[in-house]
Amino acid sequence: MPEFVMPDLGPVMPEIVMTCLALAILLADLFIKRKETVAFLSIISIGIVAYSLVGSTGTTFNGMFISDGYSMFFKLIFFLNVMLTVLISVKYIAVERVNFGEYYSLILLSTLGMMIMASAGDLIVLYLGLELMALSTYVLAGFIRYDIKSNEAAIKYFLLGAFASAFLLYGTSMIYGLTGTTDLHAISAYIVNKGLAKNPVLMLSMILIAVAFSFKIAAVPFHMWAPDAYEGAPTSITAFMSVGPKAAGFAVLGRVFMIAFGSARIEWTAVLIPIAILTMGVGNIVALSQTNIKRMLAYSSIAHAGYVLLGIIAGTSDGMASVLNYMLIYAFMNIGAFAVVIMLRSEGFKGDNISDFEGLAKTHPMAAALMLVFMFSLTGIPPTAGFMGKFYVFMSAINAGYTWLVIIAVIFSAISAYFYLRIVMYMYMKEPKESVQLTTSPAIGLALAITVAAVIIIGILPSIFVNLARIAVAGF
Amino acid sequence: MEQVIMNELGYPILSILIFLPIASAVLMLFVSRSNENIIKWLSLVVSLVTFILSIPLFTNFDKTTHLMQFVEPKLSWIPQWNVSYYVGVDGISVLFVLLSTLITILCVLVSWNSIKTKAKEFYISILIMEGAMIGVFCSLDFMLFYLFWEAMLIPMYLLIGVWGGPNRVYAAVKFFLYTLIGSVLMLVGIIVLYFYAGNTFNILELMTKSYPYKMQFWLFWAFFAAFAVKVPMFPVHTWLPDAHTEAPTAGSVILAAVLIKMGAYGFLRFSLPLFPEASKAMTPVMLILSVIAIIYGAVICLAQTDLKRLIAYSSVSHMGFVTLGIFALNTQGMEGGILQMINHGIVTGALFLSVGIIYDRTHTRQISDYGGVASTMPVYAAMFMVFTLSSIGLPATNGFIGEFLIILGGFAARQWAGVLAATGIIIGAGYMLWLYQRVFFMETGRKVAGLKDIDSREIITLLPMIILIFWIGVYPTPFLGFMHESVSHLLERVNTGSGAEMAAAKDIMGMLK
Repeated sequence: MPEFVMPDLGPVMPEIVMTCLALAILLADLFIKRKETVAFLSIISIGIVAYSLVGSTGTTFNGMFISDGYSMFFKLIFFLNVMLTVLISVKYIAVERVNFGEYYSLILLSTLGMMIMASAGDLIVLYLGLELMALSTYVLAGFIRYDIKSNEAAIKYFLLGAFASAFLLYGTSMIYGLTGTTDLHAISAYIVNKGLAKNPVLMLSMILIAVAFSFKIAAVPFHMWAPDAYEGAPTSITAFMSVGPKAAGFAVLGRVFMIAFGSARIEWTAVLIPIAILTMGVGNIVALSQTNIKRMLAYSSIAHAGYVLLGIIAGTSDGMASVLNYMLIYAFMNIGAFAVVIMLRSEGFKGDNISDFEGLAKTHPMAAALMLVFMFSLTGIPPTAGFMGKFYVFMSAINAGYTWLVIIAVIFSAISAYFYLRIVMYMYMKEPKESVQLTTSPAIGLALAITVAAVIIIGILPSIFVNLARIAVAGF
Repeated sequence: MEQVIMNELGYPILSILIFLPIASAVLMLFVSRSNENIIKWLSLVVSLVTFILSIPLFTNFDKTTHLMQFVEPKLSWIPQWNVSYYVGVDGISVLFVLLSTLITILCVLVSWNSIKTKAKEFYISILIMEGAMIGVFCSLDFMLFYLFWEAMLIPMYLLIGVWGGPNRVYAAVKFFLYTLIGSVLMLVGIIVLYFYAGNTFNILELMTKSYPYKMQFWLFWAFFAAFAVKVPMFPVHTWLPDAHTEAPTAGSVILAAVLIKMGAYGFLRFSLPLFPEASKAMTPVMLILSVIAIIYGAVICLAQTDLKRLIAYSSVSHMGFVTLGIFALNTQGMEGGILQMINHGIVTGALFLSVGIIYDRTHTRQISDYGGVASTMPVYAAMFMVFTLSSIGLPATNGFIGEFLIILGGFAARQWAGVLAATGIIIGAGYMLWLYQRVFFMETGRKVAGLKDIDSREIITLLPMIILIFWIGVYPTPFLGFMHESVSHLLERVNTGSGAEMAAAKDIMGMLK
């Protein structure tokens, strides 16, 4: 009987701190009347967790939990996501009349799930994190209880999410049946030793796992939930969902496919390439015809998942670095765009139709200028960060020999200009029909300042961020 | 280390030219919207200062070398991708920098009273345009070049879409999408080139390498996608009439004078020296497309009822001459092509300025609404006559020198090309003179009666163009002198085939061993 050895808790410390703080906030909420304080507390907790992240590298629980540069970079994206989401939520959830403290602790718990996913070295831990993230997000999507659309969003997200989980478990069980382990490194070693790279069972389980992750990153043809969930959910949560779970999805996609299935790269690229092409195609083309800005941004977020997949398909460490870099940039520009959408929402005015942007440049030039920057960044026009993100992904894909795939991607990316520019066109080239009231607050102002500064600074001086991403994947 | 001549003026002239307008535009963001006068004067002063600062490029330029001049020390910008901030000009690009700085002043002047809404955004867009345009012509790093090339789309899109005519939104989107699709294909080409040449974006370094023919072929077409749309060459020209017609006067002038030159500049700067074998092989295709553009553009002009649209289609025809000259691949053709680009910038810019001036008074672009303008606005009519004659290519105007050289070059390259191109000049004379007749003579139109002749601000706007038209027309040597060395160096590279054949020869030697 082996002696019980206490596992090293150092690497998992940020997650432990996060759990405690999220629960503490849930409790504190009972005694705090002003919900802004709860929002403030959650930002403080993110700060504390981020601080505990410093120097927490290592592997623990027998390799089930890995804290390395890769997971740290993703965790930074998650923290950023929480911080910006909380900032844009403060006023908004009051306007929506759902100003409850649970909102913030659910966001923190969902982020905890993402953190566990990014650090998972074992398929079971991965599943654990994924469920924690997903369950919290389902609740958040349906947070506007009296709104039927919000309820619909939650149900749809939940049902399809449950499917995805089933796929993941099915794939995991087959992997276990084949290799007798769920540890990513052990799976990889087993496949290499036994020469199983072309084994049909492995192929099938890779497909099942790819399907599950495709649900999370909203890749076509597993994207059906996204437009409805994005449209119905509270806008702040839409922003949160479009960045956090997507980044977490890419984190596990990268780790599972690059490590566990590293030796079967040729086989899984054959699965991912059609998914990437479909994702870019459907996302960009369907977005052209949307009239609701949240739905449009949903399709845009689908399309962006397609571009990022190129980085994974490249299969090089540069490709992974470009994925990290892209997700960071995407967090800034997408949440920025949602922040402007949120400002349009005011008491008795939904403000989520594209036509609501008509003449915004005349009535609110500042908001229009910000939206302009985010739209050009999402299109990928220099000198904005969006261009640098795409450039890096395309570059690594070309270096890996996928020039033809990049040609498809750039053409879809040019097509995407049409619907992003449509927003700019409505704002600058049309006359305002009715006066739109902006709901502003210092918090959302801060969020916008951070995002627009990041979009421009990364667009002009991307070198620091590229370097960070490269360092992050160095020990991969 | 490639051979260049460093900047010895004591101050980084090119960087100042690029960033002074951009920095001023950023500064203007903070000027209150209500201070329209401050904004106008500020942009005028900035554009004037930029122009004055650019004069040393004209006076201190060393015409005896093809090397890059006024080069500033390389600044590492994105070391991970080996991207640097690296600028310089040679005989091909220097005149375009000067043209850009001059045109911007005129654009500010001509918009003085005609831009009434969102004036702040308008002048900011113009100044950012200026910086980006100069950046395109000065970049010696492909990434930097692409950045300016694409960044230019944003202000231009706004210029057309916000301050343009009735159908402006359609025109703006069309302009943006056409250009973007072309550009992104070039981006793929740039990245492919980057990896093949050993991770470098340095244009001078890329030019010293040679590439296999198959690669040259594909990259030639990838770059063609970007440049042909900008020029615009025959099948992809349809955005231009819409954009030119709907854009505000300043926008049309920038488009006609500078923006569409970038396509032809791209062929000269990148396609020819980087892919010499492919360029040579593609010459017949390019010449055919050019001749089609010349004749088709001219014939379409005859059918136009809209003043601006007519001038826009004449640009298609004139740019056909430019690409014909470039792909004639001989000294006369190429020098004529470059000079014709400058000429076209001056003349078409001037024509759009003139149309803008009269449009401000009548608010109509229909030719049928005019007639008898010569009797109400005699000074204006005289100036317009000069531009018309120059556009036709009358001797003693600049148009003659350019078109003559091009037809000479075209004839030497392929006889049929020279002959067919010459017919374009005849049709050109037809539509321009007919236009002049319908607008300035005939019965005085209802809208024309009682118009005031042009004021001193407008005369100042047009005067530099008239001076340049006669200067280049009578004594073109100073201008041709700029490009002579660079052109012959470029032709040497294209015609001797440079690297690829040497590499092929080496391969054969290797096999023999």
